[in-house]
Amino acid sequence: MSTWEAVFAIIGLAAITVATRGFFLYPDQELPLPNWLKQGLRYAPLAALAAVVAPEIVVQQGHLLSTYRDARLFAALAATGYFFWRRGILGTIVTGTLVMVALRTGFGW
Amino acid sequence: MSEVLSRPIWRHPEFARGARDMVGISMGIAAWGLVTGVAMAKSGLAPGLAILMSLLVFAGSAQLAALPLIVAGAPVWMVWAIALCVNLRFVIFSAQWRPYFAHFPRGVRMLLGYFTADLNYVVFMNRFPVPRPAPEQMPYFWGGVAVNWPSWQLPTLAGLLLADAIPTQWGFGFAGILALLGLMYSLLTDRASWVAAGVAAAAAVATVALPLKLNIIVAIAAAVAVGLVIDHATPAEARPLEDET
Repeated sequence: MSTWEAVFAIIGLAAITVATRGFFLYPDQELPLPNWLKQGLRYAPLAALAAVVAPEIVVQQGHLLSTYRDARLFAALAATGYFFWRRGILGTIVTGTLVMVALRTGFGW
Repeated sequence: MSEVLSRPIWRHPEFARGARDMVGISMGIAAWGLVTGVAMAKSGLAPGLAILMSLLVFAGSAQLAALPLIVAGAPVWMVWAIALCVNLRFVIFSAQWRPYFAHFPRGVRMLLGYFTADLNYVVFMNRFPVPRPAPEQMPYFWGGVAVNWPSWQLPTLAGLLLADAIPTQWGFGFAGILALLGLMYSLLTDRASWVAAGVAAAAAVATVALPLKLNIIVAIAAAVAVGLVIDHATPAEARPLEDET
């Protein structure tokens, strides 16, 4: 791809960011979304987070983990433990990351 | 509304609150941005183009999905198609932003939409669960953006420029996932939400082989369906946090 083609592709990608994030914001008229759908969508953010996070923890190269010796597993467990103990997100991140880095550098997991 | 506009938006107490609510997770955003920057640098995209991409596109997972195709010289339409699929979740989110933003002119709505990344969405919906516009929403929203945007962009640029000096094998990029994990836990308020999260997680893992991260869309659809079933099987007075609009 030439430089200008790449610039064109990138500008298109920015337009896609606006088009998707603004999809239902664009029309001026109220949208005839059925009520049950509006109600059900309250589960969407939670579902999106769970859907992004779960594979990152238990999938390795397209397959379920076959070993417990995976730093991500223990990092996630430690982070989970911290969250339900203290309910702080910053502490959750720090705890999990410390476990991650310790296992990676210490055991090479 | 006029009272809100009579002073700069960043002086409003809700602006500080929006920023504060984002600071806790910004470390995760930053680690994630750094790793994305390193990945962009190592993909072989020219540094100038990578910087342009980060500043304009402002959507990490779409960038990472589109990069290898750009570098490999794939047709432009294919690059866009991939990004569109990876961004499909934002289409679902935008339906939920609408009641809060509908009273603004279209140009403002689209500008707001551009900044509605995943974390802004989750944090905002947590703060304003009832889908009704309120004057404190704009300061809160922009306070969050004021923290979120630089804590994504600056580390991405740092990752791009210092790619060879950053030891990504230490795994600190996982901090981004941990931020999402913590956010997810904070949304688990009732039994239905636990079930919905479990269904989404299982569905996403089961369909992980789908291309273009479409497993995320499958998981959202499954969780919304299960959530609806639970809502309708539960007596109305037992439902927590139902909006009555």
